[in-house]
Amino acid sequence: MYSEKVMDHFANPRNVGEIEDANAIGEVGNARCGDIMKIYMDIKDDIIQDVKFKTFGCGAAIATSSMATEMVKGKTVEEALQLTNKAVMEALGGLPPEKIHCSVLAEEAIRAAIVDYKKRRGEPCEELSCTSHCKDCQKHN
Amino acid sequence: MEKTVYMDNNATTVLHPQVLEAMLPFLTEHYGNASSRFYKIGRNAEQALYHARESVARQLGVQTNEIYFTGSGCEADNWAIKGVMSANTLKGKHMITSSIEHHAVLETCGYLEKQGCSVTYLPVDEYGRVPPADVEAAIRDDTVLISIMLANNEIGTIEPVREIAAIARKHGVLMHTDAVQAIGHMRVNAKELGVDLLSLSAHKFHGPKGVGALYIRNGVRIDNLIHGGGQERGKRAATENIAGIVGLARALELANTDLEQKTANMARLRDRLIAGVAERIPYTRLNGPRAERLCNNANFSFQYIEGESVLMMMDMKGVAASSGSACASGSLDPSHVLLAIGLPHEIAHGSLRLSLSEETTEEEVDYVLEVLPPIVARLRAMSPLYETVEKERR
Repeated sequence: MYSEKVMDHFANPRNVGEIEDANAIGEVGNARCGDIMKIYMDIKDDIIQDVKFKTFGCGAAIATSSMATEMVKGKTVEEALQLTNKAVMEALGGLPPEKIHCSVLAEEAIRAAIVDYKKRRGEPCEELSCTSHCKDCQKHN
Repeated sequence: MEKTVYMDNNATTVLHPQVLEAMLPFLTEHYGNASSRFYKIGRNAEQALYHARESVARQLGVQTNEIYFTGSGCEADNWAIKGVMSANTLKGKHMITSSIEHHAVLETCGYLEKQGCSVTYLPVDEYGRVPPADVEAAIRDDTVLISIMLANNEIGTIEPVREIAAIARKHGVLMHTDAVQAIGHMRVNAKELGVDLLSLSAHKFHGPKGVGALYIRNGVRIDNLIHGGGQERGKRAATENIAGIVGLARALELANTDLEQKTANMARLRDRLIAGVAERIPYTRLNGPRAERLCNNANFSFQYIEGESVLMMMDMKGVAASSGSACASGSLDPSHVLLAIGLPHEIAHGSLRLSLSEETTEEEVDYVLEVLPPIVARLRAMSPLYETVEKERR
């Protein structure tokens, strides 16, 4: 069902944990749906120095969070905003169709952390907000 | 060498070697069609079919001509419900079932509703039990059939089918029970239960996949599901799967041999699992009743984590099990059974079903108890939901 890369990121997830004085925290999903991703970032000079995640969810949820954090670590905030669920899926060698939404959630979680960072600094960021209500959203297919 | 422990016997079971032995001749030299009675190998097949039918009838406490072979338990359920509802429209178009039945029953009911039948889906209590009084209260003048499973496949609840069947009889309503998970785990005598129809499926009791049976009490009016040649007394067409049928009969005989001893042993191991989990893993609940429970079934919910991840980590340790989480079933909602007993979604998502067999050993149970707690701990350490719990504790 899952690719080797997905199994690797599931069995050996990268960047699990919290950041004590994180200046960016994003949380998406809900327990009712069975998927929650929480991303912590330590951003300095607009660069993501450190990133950690916590996830409540299935194999794909854990693997996509792990991969997403790997992909934004050391990048600038603007670069991290370019991260798409497609890129995460590709990096993982693909996902079964019913698990694609996990990669979407990972993208949203990264975005939510950055929105938090910008909000804390009083920077404008309304257009980035995601409601995390997947049924309402037309953005992803 | 990596250990493998199979804990998903409610999903399917290993074929008993004696069953394979009984089946092989009918997959090799005894390949005759049971309807071809004019030559020897046809007559051999016919004989084997008769003996199998006689044996199954004896095991279930009913008459030989009341046993009909099907392609599965699912087909038996479909036939019982669709066949009875369609043959008794003069009486009415209403039937009663429970909210925790297997999809084979629920989907069939959903289909019948589209055809103009009306179905009452009775709610269950927190242990998955259907109160007989609720069944009685739901009976109307136009009620044709009641279908309540004998034992639930997910949480192991044993339903009061005998009581419900008596109520059905009192009101002149037909009674069907899906006994698919019950066979091999408790004594099943259709006569004693007082039901009119009963479904079973070979692969749940160490028989082959692709064969089941339906008990239909003589006198029950039922339409065919499958039309064609005259097999199964004209009620269920298809060239008989002799090998499968012989396998089913042998498996049933074997399952019922030393049944009390085997079920006592399975119950002991199940209880060892339940006690072990309660001892070693906090924030856990047992789903389903403690007593009146299938001897081989244990179903837990682990708070703050999700079921599919548990299964995957168990698999990495060589343990096969299943879960009622949405992700594990490929749907948006978790198991309808877990929701029906009142579990909130997030608790249902964190469920794990372990179901053992008569072959399961104490060592295997202890191995599961050894690998499961660290898996739960590891997933909780990764969970944002557990974070808050931990912080509150400090």
